[in-house]
Amino acid sequence: MWKNIYLWLDERIGFNDLYANLLDRPEPKTTWWNTLGSASLFLFVMQGLTGIFLTVYYTPSPDHAYDSINYIMEGVAFGWLIRGIHHWGATLMVILVFIHMLRVFYTASFKYPRELTWLIGIGLFLATLGMGFTGYLLPWNQKSYWATVVGTQIAGTVPFIGEFTLKVLRGGPELSALTLQRFFSAHIWIIPAVLAALIGVHLFLIIKHGESHFPTKED
Amino acid sequence: MSGSNELSRRDFIKVTTGIVGGLIGAVIGLPTVYYLIDPALREGGKESWVPIGKFDDMQIGVPYPFSFTRVQVNGWERTASSFGGYAVRNSDDPADLLVLNSTCTHLACTVNWSEEANAYLCPCHDAKFSIEGEVLDGPPPRPLDVYEEHRITEDGIVEIFFKEA
Ligand code: HEM
Ligand code: FES
Repeated sequence: MWKNIYLWLDERIGFNDLYANLLDRPEPKTTWWNTLGSASLFLFVMQGLTGIFLTVYYTPSPDHAYDSINYIMEGVAFGWLIRGIHHWGATLMVILVFIHMLRVFYTASFKYPRELTWLIGIGLFLATLGMGFTGYLLPWNQKSYWATVVGTQIAGTVPFIGEFTLKVLRGGPELSALTLQRFFSAHIWIIPAVLAALIGVHLFLIIKHGESHFPTKED
Repeated sequence: MSGSNELSRRDFIKVTTGIVGGLIGAVIGLPTVYYLIDPALREGGKESWVPIGKFDDMQIGVPYPFSFTRVQVNGWERTASSFGGYAVRNSDDPADLLVLNSTCTHLACTVNWSEEANAYLCPCHDAKFSIEGEVLDGPPPRPLDVYEEHRITEDGIVEIFFKEA
């Protein structure tokens, strides 16, 4: 019966085509540096999963945020593990995405026809930083509170639109429950949605163009 | 690379990827299941003996009101709930003590003893209970609940056995 289900699906999906196009693509001679994008993707998925599990207990309210994180760390079985992966994965993801970007720059892989892949990559890098910035506030402890006060203050120094930007980020002139809630929303809905969409296009372009040859001495 | 060599290399990569992937999945997946169901595995219902008053203060035939507060911790949240009732003595016999819960059996308002009516009256839908908790009038489906287990300590304090829901 499984075989029939498989055949039915295969006829409509075409597993062989999928396999040939996604996994069995021709590649130039590659190195470990070519794995950084996939590593970033892996971390993105991990962050997504552990993040979803954290929301089972985390509460984005000034009254409860700190206590709920405390509870995750000390009250729930393996809460420390889930949060630990999410916490360290966040830092690692920023570093990996950045090194991935450096390697693409260093091997000049951003050139024609991959400029768009590069531009989308810039969006991915900024969005990844945005995830770090919004996520940092969520534990609502002294460090995260003041880091966000300073971070939003920096946005406030931009000429002309600075003050307005600061208010948009904070949801008002001061850090408040509104700030925490909108950072939470940005962290779990808005930026991940942007990231997922950009990653989709990024990967589509990579499969379309194939991996670039590394330049040789002669180039 | 020769053909047969390349094949085995591919298979090696496939198997290794499968094993490593499976390991990562198990190491993270199993704790995650535990993490998600953890609150359901908790022992619920703390039990304790709660003092409600001095036995000597409870007069025969006059319901003796008492109340107490319990703090329940759910995750990171503490909820204080109030409970109350009436201790009723019908005779000199210390064993002859009835401890009623003053939560109305209709929709959980708090009933009050009324000397005039010689009954517990519920303010919500006008229920009336006898001194022993029997329904005399109104919508409640059953008599007032009773704290079955109670004891008198050496110091003459009446305590009831209380189990959290
Ligand atoms: C969330 C972050 C990102 C993910 C998940 C991601 C994913 C990937 C993957 C899986 C690949 C193919 C494998 C590889 O070459 O490593 C790739 C290639 C590429 N990425 Fe990214 N990437 C991210 C961020 C960036 C950034 C920040 C840039 C640059 C601004 C960038 C530019 C590129 C380019 C130009 C390629 C093509 C490289 C080539 O063909 O040799 N990506 N990316
Ligand atoms: S709640 Fe007591 S009569 Fe309805």
